[in-house]
Amino acid sequence: MSEAQTVGAAEVTKTTDPSTRPRSLAGDAWRDLRRNPIFWASLILVLAVTAMAIVPGLFTSNDPLDCSLSRQHAGPGGGALFGYDFQGCDVYARSVYGARASLLVGALSAVLTGIIAIVVGMLAGYFGRWIDAALSRVIDIVLGIPLLLAAIVLLKRISSDSPSVRIAAVVFVLAILGWTTAARVIRSSVISAKQQDYVAAARMLGAGNGRTMWRHILPNSLAPVIVVLTIGLGSFIAAEATLSFLGIGLKAPTISWGIDIDSGRTHMRESAVPLIVPSTFLALTVLAFIMLGDAIRDAFDPKLR
Amino acid sequence: MSKHSAGAAVTRDEWTARADRDTTGADGGHLLEVRDLFVEFHTRDGVAKVINGVSYHLDAGETLAVLGESGSGKSVTAQAIMGILDMPPAVIPNGQILYRGTDLLTLPEDERRKVRGKQIAMIFQDALSALNPVFPVGWQIGETLRLRDGLSRADARRRAIELMELVKIPAARERVRDYPHQFSGGMRQRVMIAMALAQDPSVLIADEPTTALDVTVQAQIMDLLGELRRELNMAMILITHDLGVVADVADRIAVMYAGRIVEHADVHALYEAPAHPYTKGLLESIPRLDLKGQQLTTIKGLPPNLMRIPSGCPFHPRCPFARQECVDVVPTVHQLGNDRTSACHFAEEVLDGRI
Amino acid sequence: MAASDRTTSTPAAGTATKQRGETVLQVENVVKHFPITQGIVFKRQIGAVKAVDGVSFDLKRGETLGIVGESGCGKSTLAKLLMRLETPTSGKALLEGRDMFSLSGSALRRMRRNVQMVMQDPYTSLNPRMTVGDIIGEPFDIHPDAAPRGTRRQRVQELLELVGLNPEHINRYPHQFSGGQRQRIGIARALALKPEIIVCDEPVSALDVSIQAQVINLLEGLQDELGLSYIFIAHDLSVVRHIADRVAVMYLGKIVEIGTEEEIYERPTHPYTQALLSAVPVPDPKARAHREIIRLDGDVPSPANPPSGCRFRTRCWKAQDICATEEPKLELRAADPHPSACHFAEQKTHVVA
Repeated sequence: MSEAQTVGAAEVTKTTDPSTRPRSLAGDAWRDLRRNPIFWASLILVLAVTAMAIVPGLFTSNDPLDCSLSRQHAGPGGGALFGYDFQGCDVYARSVYGARASLLVGALSAVLTGIIAIVVGMLAGYFGRWIDAALSRVIDIVLGIPLLLAAIVLLKRISSDSPSVRIAAVVFVLAILGWTTAARVIRSSVISAKQQDYVAAARMLGAGNGRTMWRHILPNSLAPVIVVLTIGLGSFIAAEATLSFLGIGLKAPTISWGIDIDSGRTHMRESAVPLIVPSTFLALTVLAFIMLGDAIRDAFDPKLR
Repeated sequence: MSKHSAGAAVTRDEWTARADRDTTGADGGHLLEVRDLFVEFHTRDGVAKVINGVSYHLDAGETLAVLGESGSGKSVTAQAIMGILDMPPAVIPNGQILYRGTDLLTLPEDERRKVRGKQIAMIFQDALSALNPVFPVGWQIGETLRLRDGLSRADARRRAIELMELVKIPAARERVRDYPHQFSGGMRQRVMIAMALAQDPSVLIADEPTTALDVTVQAQIMDLLGELRRELNMAMILITHDLGVVADVADRIAVMYAGRIVEHADVHALYEAPAHPYTKGLLESIPRLDLKGQQLTTIKGLPPNLMRIPSGCPFHPRCPFARQECVDVVPTVHQLGNDRTSACHFAEEVLDGRI
Repeated sequence: MAASDRTTSTPAAGTATKQRGETVLQVENVVKHFPITQGIVFKRQIGAVKAVDGVSFDLKRGETLGIVGESGCGKSTLAKLLMRLETPTSGKALLEGRDMFSLSGSALRRMRRNVQMVMQDPYTSLNPRMTVGDIIGEPFDIHPDAAPRGTRRQRVQELLELVGLNPEHINRYPHQFSGGQRQRIGIARALALKPEIIVCDEPVSALDVSIQAQVINLLEGLQDELGLSYIFIAHDLSVVRHIADRVAVMYLGKIVEIGTEEEIYERPTHPYTQALLSAVPVPDPKARAHREIIRLDGDVPSPANPPSGCRFRTRCWKAQDICATEEPKLELRAADPHPSACHFAEQKTHVVA
């Protein structure tokens, strides 16, 4: 046995030398990400928007609700970088404060979607057979429902104007309609993780389904979902803006880019600025999340190496 | 066996003409000679010195076995000969690869292509991934015939059937339109050999051709390669880690470690009395079918990291006989007579069994 | 160090006396057929892949039974059946008198402590997101009674030392170890619950030659030290010869010959065994002259459609009419006192050397 022990120690010293240590996927991915200018650009944008959502005061000292018709469509001045809109509100301040609602809806929808998708995808992928068949048909059905039409139908029934109720409603509607893609991704991820030897090893030790799913399958199938949810966050933000634009999402006094885009559009003839500014904020934010998700996915994809 | 099927219009290039003229290489030199080859891989983490001064030669009708474990550089040398290394990240800072007297490394790519596949062919370990799953095997075997020799589809298929029969695939005429997945592992390997032989190469490089196969199938394939070699007077480089396979088929063996040839000898001489501690260690550590073992002697430690090859003799951290000289000085190649070499400071002592 | 462990903690099986030579596992006529179905919504069974078709053997304490065969012979399926990763179509496996195939729930979990496995691929058999300490400690999470509170970390470190790894590396991840070391981690995990039987499914096939010897030595050392019984499944006959006490040769789901290592390697009587042995290359160029070369024609038949009677008859040079009509049983034959499934069993002595 001593021969094996000396061997063991020698072997181990050799491998723990940092330059000889085999690289892991995450380490490689991080190294790739670090060098990708798109990653940094999108990350900075995302952080900027998040900061706007959390501490809007950092970006503007004006009150977005301080509207005075005397300033209707006035030009820039007094901290209002882009002037004033039809109601006399500071366009820039409204856009900055609008980040909060959008990001909140986007993030909460993404989280709720993630939870639903993980549960459904895990159960379908892990148990297979009729459970998988049943859940996959559910996914197919929900996937077939057009997002906007269903959202309109569901949200029209919410008559309350309370901001928190509306936000919750929008989050809920987006999540129950948007979980399907992520669920499919998780399902295939779980199916391939299930076939790994270490899962069989755990079962041979006597691990039950719960333990196997939680400790072995879930951590190893999450990576693709992070990408899907990051990109999904972008599309949830766009979806919320669309719903608010149509007047069925968030409503005043909640500040949302969609609402501003709608009112900007109505008075486009008099001034295009109140339309362009929130649209640009929206577009850049959505783009930032999608690019971030793309960059992460490319970095984690070993085949692109 | 005729070189080209009758009636086909064939373009004869310079290489084929030379091949017809003489089989032992121009000027009495070797058919294939690798001289002092160095290959480096430039990666993010540093430079891996994969090949560090490899020289070997091959003549018609010979089988040279290149033996080594993972990381020894045996496959990379073959890939360098074939010219299929990705450059970058691979870089060849030094060395020559002489085929019939011409250095392949100095040739432009289009000249190189005339050699690759046509004069020097290669077969790989995993036939399933080497064959395209969406095309029938006859189509794949005939592909080079159609593209390089200008054969018509019908002629190419006829030739493909001939080749499949040459490699002893039963019912070749019926199976020529089958897809790779319809064949067993051994049969797929034969298909790959048929593809390699389609261009009548002078040299066949077999990179671990039987590692993925069952032992009875392995025996069939090795028999086949032996037969083909005799019939076609083909030179063969057999790359493997299996000391058993090598003993049956090779004429000469080159043992590689950390990108160097540490020992080169005639097959009988090597097994009888190795002249390098690594070869000695390998021979002692493999379980033998014909001997019921006591505890196996092991080579302690791990193969080296090619980015930080140990100083002096690269094997010294694992060598049971290492002395101070081995740590400080890179061993030169000792000539031991009869075309036998060993890169060990104490080669003679190891050979005589004094160490 | 390890020896004292055995006396202080309760043995997994719960029986008090253990003697070398007693039978620990009795496998009786295990069958596993995988159905082949057709149809998308309503699946009809149109055939079956007879992966394991009636396998029986005994395993004694402290011995190593080698199971050899080529692809398609069913040895991997047999391993999965023994580990209860698949359920058999029929048959029994008696572990201390109880049929392990009939157990379920907590009884099954308790049985698992007695039979563990070392898997083939060291690169996929360890969860890349768990530390080595977690991997080896997982058996204790699942079976808390195997390690009293507070001793778990110590137990894990002991296991690391037992397999020749540095116990300080308990918090490292698998990717920081080499292939041979990962295999050692797998072995440590298999030993955690102090099993009596370890099924080794091609444990060294994926390793470099110079590392194989280290792991084989480790397995042999552990067997002596801990009194383990191994079922060693491999395709490499040289390795099996080295480590096994008895050997069973499988072909198309059945055992065709079984005997001691000496009987199989020096006096094989079944034609398939003889062909298999003659095909194994021996690292000695002079041996060629002394060995008899048997080459089999053709391919292994499909396990979905095995030949009638003796399954080997389509490739056997001795095949006669009776081979197609009557399946030869695995029983003692006149040629040599070890069971062989051939109507015409006889010795051929120079297939090895």
